[in-house]
Amino acid sequence: MLQYIIRRILIAIPVLFGVTVLNFFIINLAPGNPVDMMVNPSATPEQLAATKHALGLDQPVWAQYWNWLVQLLHGNLGFSYSTREPVTQILMAHVGPTVLLMGISLIVGYLIAIPLGIICARKQNSWIDYLVTGFSFFGISIPHFFLGLGVIYVFASKLLWFPTGSMNTLGGDGSFIDTFNHLVLPVLVLATGIGGNMVRYVRSSMLDVLGKDYLRTAKAKGLSQFLITNKHALRNSLIPIITVIGIDIPLLIGGAIVTEQVFQWPGLGLLTIQSITSRDYSTLMAINLLAACTVLFANLLTDILYAVADPRIRYD
Amino acid sequence: MGELLKVDKIKTEFQTDKGPVTSVDEVSFDLKEGETICLVGESGCGKSVTSLSIMHLLDRNGSVTEGSIRFEDKDLAHASEAEMRKIRGNDISMIFQEPMTSLNPVLTIGDQLTEGIRLHMNYSRAEARSYAIEMLKKVGIPRAEGIIDEYPHKLSGGMRQRVMIAMALSCKPKLLIADEPTTALDVTIQAQILKLMKKLRDESNTAIILITHDLGVVAEMADKVAVMYAGQVVEETDVYTLFDNPKHPYTLGLMKSIPHITNPDDMRLNSIPGSVPSARNMPKGCRFYDRCPHAMKRCLAEKPELKPIEDKQAHSIRCFLYEEEEKDYEKKHAEKQHAEKEVSS
Repeated sequence: MLQYIIRRILIAIPVLFGVTVLNFFIINLAPGNPVDMMVNPSATPEQLAATKHALGLDQPVWAQYWNWLVQLLHGNLGFSYSTREPVTQILMAHVGPTVLLMGISLIVGYLIAIPLGIICARKQNSWIDYLVTGFSFFGISIPHFFLGLGVIYVFASKLLWFPTGSMNTLGGDGSFIDTFNHLVLPVLVLATGIGGNMVRYVRSSMLDVLGKDYLRTAKAKGLSQFLITNKHALRNSLIPIITVIGIDIPLLIGGAIVTEQVFQWPGLGLLTIQSITSRDYSTLMAINLLAACTVLFANLLTDILYAVADPRIRYD
Repeated sequence: MGELLKVDKIKTEFQTDKGPVTSVDEVSFDLKEGETICLVGESGCGKSVTSLSIMHLLDRNGSVTEGSIRFEDKDLAHASEAEMRKIRGNDISMIFQEPMTSLNPVLTIGDQLTEGIRLHMNYSRAEARSYAIEMLKKVGIPRAEGIIDEYPHKLSGGMRQRVMIAMALSCKPKLLIADEPTTALDVTIQAQILKLMKKLRDESNTAIILITHDLGVVAEMADKVAVMYAGQVVEETDVYTLFDNPKHPYTLGLMKSIPHITNPDDMRLNSIPGSVPSARNMPKGCRFYDRCPHAMKRCLAEKPELKPIEDKQAHSIRCFLYEEEEKDYEKKHAEKQHAEKEVSS
């Protein structure tokens, strides 16, 4: 197992390298450059050229990439072209809110979806099955920006129950309750999508298992229906559930770009949009690198969890 | 030997989109403590459904709609799910046909064994574990201390069936239902498993309902035999009478279709012509009518009942050919009862 993990980590290095190359060149294909966004419109062409030269942006793209890579290997992610702060510092400031928002959304989504999925499978084709399946389609299909604006309109703008956006009240004390109030609406939007997706996987995976012979054996032992469903059956339907969780984990870091934008949540998703509009190459590259690492890590974690859930799966 | 189980004219129906389908109809047999009865018959004749009916292990859309199943002093046909949970695995346990799929692949052998032990015998975790190891040794599993922490996929089919037997017998059931326990195993393993079951039966005096379509297994294991055809018992008697003096045309057909080692090489094996009627359109009269060499006109319209005849042992047949003998038996029996009554009064 350990050997397998080490091998997977070694394979990750060339993959990450490829990801950074692609990202760097694609970003540079976009029209405009950081200098256009940072100097004032009245600057002379000479001033622009001087700034470009100072930032190294007049060099060929491959040379720029080489500079970036060398700096990266020295542990330096550079500084933001737009705010002039070190990128590491900016990332640190945005990771926390995203992990908080996405972590809670994932947990809420799963806590609701997994039991509902099990109930749907147990009571297939009942009214509760139809109701939950209907809601899950709704959750998957509705665009986040639309649902987001909808809940803002109803709960923030009309009912005034919750704030419209951001993470803390401006000038407030930043207390837990304040943050919680700001979390409710974006979590509602995100958990709807996450949960809707999960319900369908849990339901179909449980349905696959419920007719199996070993559940009849468990029943013949005199076990209660609760144990049969939640111990014997659920353990066997974990593989698809783990797959979905593995796909969801990168969201923890990548954030929900659209939802963070709608609620002005100061996380990585919002940072991504801001970096794109200001052509902030160094920040974008750092976000991409972080996202790529998370995806690779989540994939590895998924494979390890497969082996934990199903003893028949072994890597050696 | 007290009476343990009395299945009386049960009818099991499945609700389907096209209306109810009767899978088992008027199945009756009884069983004393420590006795082994074999249910024989071809695939689809309702052997398994009968056993699953006793255990309430039918699918959600199947249920016993008529008749009674007396087990000790309870009527299982009308028992609630909570009552059944106390009986399953404790008083009555079951072994299934497919050892490869009957164990949960993601739980260890020990997990699956101790579950029932802890539930019904109130053992602690440690006690249950050492008892489980003891049971594994009893069913002849080598290295029981190691195997208990293994997952089922590490074991062969024969070993898994041994684990199933250990599991079924761990709570000392009064009745064991074995649904074709050797069908999926190869012949040498079959013999081992049958030998093991016999040994354990003799040690613990457990009654067994053994479901099989293999008359060799019947000869090996049974005290009593119920021959089933198309959801009904057509003949019931003890194993010696069945092989010496089979009566029902279906049983006779079965006996003739067993290959014998002394048969000449070029002899064609007998077979019963035709096939079993489907559960959706059962004939009104005798269900064996289409395939019976002795079919009479009245067999088409009238339904024969399972009735006892005079023989060395108890012997019941569902066939009009033996109507005279059945009537004789009834008359004699009535006279006997009458005489007894007079004596006692």
